[in-house]
Amino acid sequence: MHVSVRDTDWDGVRLHVVTGKGGTGKTTVAAALALALASNGRPVLLMEVEGRQGIAQLFDVPPLPYEERRVAVAPADDGRPGGDVFALAVDPQSALIEYLEMFYNLRQAGRALTRLGVVDFATTIAPGLSDVLLTGKAAEATRRKSGGRQVYGAVVMDAPPTGRISRFLNVSSEVSGLARVGPIRGHADTVRSVIASPQTVVHFVTLLEEMPVQETLDGIAELQGVGHGGIRPGGIVVNMMREAELAEGNGGRAPGRTSMSSKARTSLASKARTSLGSKARDIHALEIALKAAGLGDDSGLAADLADELADEARTARSQRALRRQLDEPGQPCYELPLITDGIDLAALYRLAQALREQGAA
Amino acid sequence: MSPTRESPVPLVVDQLIDDRRTRIIVCCGSGGVGKTTIAAAIGLRAAERGRHVVVLTVDPARRLAQSMGLTSLDNTPRPVSGVRTGGIAPSGSMHAMMLDMKRTFDEIVESHADPDRAAQILANPFYQSLSSSFAGTQEYMAMEKLGQLRRADEWDLIVVDTPPSRSALDFLDAPQRLGRFLDGRLLRLLVAPARFGGRTGMKVLNAGFGMVTGVVTKIIGSQLLRDVQTFVSAMDTMFGGFRERAEYTYRLLRAPGTAFLVIAAPEPDALREASYFVERLERDGMPLAGLILNRLHRSPAARLSAARSLAAAETLQGLTDSESSALGIAALQLHAERMRQAESERRLARRFTAAHPLVPVAQIPAQPDDVHDLIGLRVVGAAFGPD
Repeated sequence: MHVSVRDTDWDGVRLHVVTGKGGTGKTTVAAALALALASNGRPVLLMEVEGRQGIAQLFDVPPLPYEERRVAVAPADDGRPGGDVFALAVDPQSALIEYLEMFYNLRQAGRALTRLGVVDFATTIAPGLSDVLLTGKAAEATRRKSGGRQVYGAVVMDAPPTGRISRFLNVSSEVSGLARVGPIRGHADTVRSVIASPQTVVHFVTLLEEMPVQETLDGIAELQGVGHGGIRPGGIVVNMMREAELAEGNGGRAPGRTSMSSKARTSLASKARTSLGSKARDIHALEIALKAAGLGDDSGLAADLADELADEARTARSQRALRRQLDEPGQPCYELPLITDGIDLAALYRLAQALREQGAA
Repeated sequence: MSPTRESPVPLVVDQLIDDRRTRIIVCCGSGGVGKTTIAAAIGLRAAERGRHVVVLTVDPARRLAQSMGLTSLDNTPRPVSGVRTGGIAPSGSMHAMMLDMKRTFDEIVESHADPDRAAQILANPFYQSLSSSFAGTQEYMAMEKLGQLRRADEWDLIVVDTPPSRSALDFLDAPQRLGRFLDGRLLRLLVAPARFGGRTGMKVLNAGFGMVTGVVTKIIGSQLLRDVQTFVSAMDTMFGGFRERAEYTYRLLRAPGTAFLVIAAPEPDALREASYFVERLERDGMPLAGLILNRLHRSPAARLSAARSLAAAETLQGLTDSESSALGIAALQLHAERMRQAESERRLARRFTAAHPLVPVAQIPAQPDDVHDLIGLRVVGAAFGPD
């Protein structure tokens, strides 16, 4: 067993499935999590399954082939060198051909099947099969050993979006509904034992917006119902939080730059908490402040800034309510800052660090 | 006047919906950009400007769905109440429906096969799986439903919200893919033994095919193969119908009267996807009306720059503490943040326009809350007019 130097929320977990509604930054979070996990010193495999080449874009490398390639090295931690992050883009066609080779030694047949359209059929038409091939590859990488030791310290999967995740991970039962006996059934059962084990968790990436939050809560509830014993839900990653939200939320735990003075932050937070309707007073106070700051000659400015504050207060109120909802399932929540100037490797390191500080890895 | 690289041709959505020749508006874009909201807002705006509209949505947020009167997924257009009609414009109307892909698939089967055969297909385990989870079924069925609504000719404008596809334009590929599948040698191979029965069937097959059947059996098991064969032979008579329908829908999309709108949020990923959509639509000869840049942050106090705003906040910090100066600092810092965000959004928009100078762009301001009622949709729609 691997010995963890520090306690994290997911000690003993080997397969991290990362899901999230489209637009929530699922791929970015998966990559940051892979880097954070690799800081423990062991190699980590980051895999994507949707054919989007999102990982290659993120790490600024050429499109990934069906081959595990090193894309980054995690930063050193406490003097120990960081582990390598390998990346793999899995597509169902290649996974099927690899599967045929591995289990049936059918390299030639694989070619014939491709020509005849069987591979196309099996992976795009035959329901569930494509998913079992993708999850099967993740299970294989998680279990792979070399010299008696697991090759990867952890595997992170950039998985399909929240709306599809339960079905995606539930393939085994979907396949077994179709194939009651036979080799596919056997393969599906093996995959299921990995996915349903406590060594696998599903993390949800969300924004503080209604639909992503709702889908996160629905997704967590759905996981419990998958298969017989359910699938273990992981953490909730609240992504792209603006400074003000971070400051207001978790106080000291919040990562990121803090350019805003604590006084202003408190004021903003208290402002956001007050109900609307005192706008006339706000405008009056702002007029005084603007005059003091040397901006007194624009008479409409105070009213316009008060409008902005009011908007902010409305947004903050609905976001606070959403944030509270995310605490309800009782899963650990991690907060990541909004990165406005584009995600590059430095930004990924920063997000990875934030995940580590909050105990996610 | 030709547009400069900096400023795109403005897209005036009102002109599009006021033009009676516009019969179909397809909203596409990556997930999480507000596609459903925009589709609903266009529908409402068009209805209140006199059109008879039906909005076909795929996966609306619960409260937005409720606001349009969609409480269940029943695959039937339902009238939306609360639409303002009358006034200057002639009276319009709005219907909305949520796609039920399995139901849509079942209906095609029922309309193409005699009752016995239809029942046989609907009961087949392979069909049940295919109709509820085949990657691409949702896209295909959305397009199928669009074709049905168009044929019904009860509405003069159909607004479609496309599924958040994994690969951007799966819905364009779905008909073709289905066609390729149905024409494929594989299917003939799979059907052969069932159709000719045991021995005769085997004789027809050459050695290569025999090997493949063996491998397929080995991998998927004989029971699943049997289900597939039964399904395929039961469906056999319907295949022509499927292809015709797929081709009809594809032609419909390219016809005059259809307008594609690409929806994006001012974020790098969403705009990258939007570029991909635009290129793909152009390649397929699909009529692209323009880009809707949704959720832009604009400040009512844009005359005060981020730099000046921050400087003023610093001045206040150096002065004595008071309630008004605390509020002033908060307001000025918030304003600076807004201005920086707006600037970075503008930069992204300029980058898109530099790559696609001829694509008209509509700019929709961000709303402080999530939109989940007709009032909110109306506010969004207010940005569809000329500036």
